[in-house]
Amino acid sequence: MAKTAPRKLLSKALTGIRGFDDISLGGLPRNRTTLVMGGPGTGKSVFALQTLVGAASRHKQPGIFVAFEENIDAIFTNAAAFDWGLPALERKHLFFMNAQLSPSFISTGDFDLGGMLAMLEAKQVEIGAKWVVFDGIDVLLSLLRTPRAKMREIYRLRDWLTRRELTSIITSKIDGEGDGTNTASYGFMQFMVDCVVRFDRRMEQGIPVRRLEITKYRGSSFAPGEYPLSFGPHGMEVASPGATDVAQEASTERVSSGFQGLDEMLDGGLFRGSCTLITGAPGTSKTTLAGLFTESACRRGERTLFVSFDEGGARVRRNLRSVGIHLDGHMKSGLLQMYSGRTDAVNAEEHLLRINALIDEHRPRCMVIDPLSAIARTGALSSARAIGNRLIYKLRDQHITAVITALVEGENPQAEATELQISTIADSWIQLSYLVCGGERNRALTIVKSRGTRHSNQVRELILSNSGLALVDVYSSGGEVLMGTLRWEKEAEERSRALVRETESGDKRLELQFAEADTSARIAALQLDLERQRAALALYKRDDAARHVSSGEHQTEVRRLRGGNGNGHERDRRGK
Amino acid sequence: MATVMSGIAVASKRVKPAEKTRSVSTVVTMRLYVAGSAPNSVKAIANLEQICRQHLKEAYRLEIVDVCEHPRRALDDGILVTPSLTKLSPSPGSNIIGNLSDTSSVLAALGLPVARRE
Repeated sequence: MAKTAPRKLLSKALTGIRGFDDISLGGLPRNRTTLVMGGPGTGKSVFALQTLVGAASRHKQPGIFVAFEENIDAIFTNAAAFDWGLPALERKHLFFMNAQLSPSFISTGDFDLGGMLAMLEAKQVEIGAKWVVFDGIDVLLSLLRTPRAKMREIYRLRDWLTRRELTSIITSKIDGEGDGTNTASYGFMQFMVDCVVRFDRRMEQGIPVRRLEITKYRGSSFAPGEYPLSFGPHGMEVASPGATDVAQEASTERVSSGFQGLDEMLDGGLFRGSCTLITGAPGTSKTTLAGLFTESACRRGERTLFVSFDEGGARVRRNLRSVGIHLDGHMKSGLLQMYSGRTDAVNAEEHLLRINALIDEHRPRCMVIDPLSAIARTGALSSARAIGNRLIYKLRDQHITAVITALVEGENPQAEATELQISTIADSWIQLSYLVCGGERNRALTIVKSRGTRHSNQVRELILSNSGLALVDVYSSGGEVLMGTLRWEKEAEERSRALVRETESGDKRLELQFAEADTSARIAALQLDLERQRAALALYKRDDAARHVSSGEHQTEVRRLRGGNGNGHERDRRGK
Repeated sequence: MATVMSGIAVASKRVKPAEKTRSVSTVVTMRLYVAGSAPNSVKAIANLEQICRQHLKEAYRLEIVDVCEHPRRALDDGILVTPSLTKLSPSPGSNIIGNLSDTSSVLAALGLPVARRE
């Protein structure tokens, strides 16, 4: 590869070490030399050997391991803890050279690596090796008496590696007590190589924490900073944060929290891909809320991962069954996977790596961690915080909707600020608490924050029963929140008062109805009179008219009968 | 580093097999591994030859192996650095690394009296 274009972009070779290929942006420089340095027991040799094993098993690239410090048998015994299948690989692709200079060797003057390199060259040609590891070069260099000789051999080594086009890893121990010449040769070594990885092991609150840092990478950028590492069944894993920026798509899709009352408070549910933090004292139903979320996710047919700490999956399911949440069926169908971690056995870093592995394996859309605060117990708080953050970022990157619970102990109001400080990066924060009043402890639920959501700012009472959870509005009276029995009393009082009000108003209504009816009746009666009077009047008018007409007719008739003429009338009058 | 041979013959060869000597000491058998004409290797050969002349007279058998030419053999013999001298007999055997410039150490390692000088 180097033959084609030496000026081309640097070619890299993947190490296959989970996380390291991320922070090195693609692995180690191909056909070049990487120096791995660190104190004893920091994982240098495992790093080198695992890289060699990865290249051999995945890419069928043969490699040579030169062991200056450790006996080959010891290396094989240590490697047996991992699922590498080293003995089989050795037969096919790997060559191990036992290069411990036994104490019986007597040094009688200057020496060099010329012969060893000639031997390795022959071996490289024989097996077609692409990789070589020099493990513990410091042991060899310490036998060289002058700094000049050390530098000469380092140069010889690098020159040979370059000429042979080998991708190489040189590990070297550094301990604090290195003398001046040592430091000089290490400085020189760092200058000679293209990539430097520094390993470190520290005690943090009684728990050893291993880290690595890339301090140099010629011709390439890399993720700066220290990254914790741990050892799992597949070997070393480096906790890389993955994507370094926080550009994530923001979903507007709502996902039910599995609890109608809460969905209503959250204006429709949780955002898809969001992270909800539920904090609370022991026994405030955090797990129940998490269980509801899990059940509803499984009902929607979404793959779900339930991580519980310090309590086995079976126990969690049994406890949830008692409040009407049934997860066994979803376990059987494979939708739901549960993982339980013991926090006394493993440090936080390893939990994170295991959870990451589970996410990659199960590919969940929804996830629960109950409680995340447990990992804060497993060692240094600062590293537990970093782990909490990394986990949440990972979930966001994968667009997993997550519910994370955290235990808050103590009664002080400051306890709201969770120890892990994940509340700042969680999208929603639901706080569960006990309110003690009237000699009772009652559960209360508050939404402390919910990004991008018009959420209820009310405290609700959370009622747990065999049929499940319910949220009830609480009474606040005289600035005090009433819950439990007090709420019930208040409610009863309100009810009776309402009853009184209702009765009173009923009476009034009836009374008014009577009055109305009375008035109506009276109106009807008067109407009747009116009708009668009108009828009478009409009748009277008609009689009158008739009388008038008939009297006229009568005079005419009388006149006619009297045989008189027009003045008959007067006659009549006279006659009277 | 160079695999080019210089004027000094350092290919695998047997040098000066000798049996008859004034002293009663048995023959010392040694094998010197060198890397071509690398400075340390050249020095080692010169130093060893002088030591043998001065301290062993004819009573030694030396084999010089050029690792650059016989790498497999050196690998099988468990050689790591060059130059490297192995005392094969009489027992106890010993392993000496370096260019053999520290004469007294070489003599001590070969089991020869250090003080004696000629």
